[in-house]
Amino acid sequence: MTVIVELVIILFLLFGVFLTLAAAFGVIRLPDVYTRNHAASKSATLGVMSILLACFLYFYLIEGHFSSRVLLGIAFIFITAPVGGHLISRAAYNAGVKLWDKSVRDDLKNKK
Amino acid sequence: MAFQILLNFFLAFLWMFLQVSINSKTFIIGYLIGLILIYGMRRFFKTELYVRRVFAIIYLTLLFFKELIMANIDVLKVILKPKLDIQPGIFALPTELKSDWEITLLANLITLTPGTLVIDVSDDQKILYVHAIDVPDVQDAINGIKESFEKAIMEVSR
Repeated sequence: MTVIVELVIILFLLFGVFLTLAAAFGVIRLPDVYTRNHAASKSATLGVMSILLACFLYFYLIEGHFSSRVLLGIAFIFITAPVGGHLISRAAYNAGVKLWDKSVRDDLKNKK
Repeated sequence: MAFQILLNFFLAFLWMFLQVSINSKTFIIGYLIGLILIYGMRRFFKTELYVRRVFAIIYLTLLFFKELIMANIDVLKVILKPKLDIQPGIFALPTELKSDWEITLLANLITLTPGTLVIDVSDDQKILYVHAIDVPDVQDAINGIKESFEKAIMEVSR
């Protein structure tokens, strides 16, 4: 039983670490603010979520301690991450940061 | 709706006092029994049962998690591909949602699913400007969001 539990926890941890690593790669590789923001604000969300979930499962199933604060942490990440990503892009667009050269369209340019 | 929830709480407390056991387990059992009673008497209420709305919220949450994981895999593919052949762009998403909190919820859900990010909302709140990391087909992306998120939000709010 504990073996299965540990396996699940390890899988969650590895998945989270992999996603966070990929997000870091994305921030370096992608060309402009907007595309980088995709990698930074969102792949990280699921990554941090699964790491926190693994943490919660470890303390609940192995140490026997129900840590509701970790669950609250997940909920607050879900509330705050999109707002942060949205505000960064909006500020960049209003400050006049250009889209990448190979961007195919920009509907916001002719906003009334 | 508020009346039904209040009635349900009242029935739960009634059950607790009938059982003379003041703890959360009795409360939950009482709440479920009250729910069954309200379901049985549903045709005497003017509004429909609040349970449908609870199910709609649960459905929206599950849909969101499915989209979150699928979209994460898409973005991973883009990031880890050796050749960077993406076509990012900003497209306009016309929305039928009216009230402020519906639009906020839709914008948050769009932003949370990777690959799409809301940059701005038009002044008359009819158009969301969405930045997508890869838009080969704009109509497809718009239909995808409209079919999944907008419909599910409408189920909750109407």
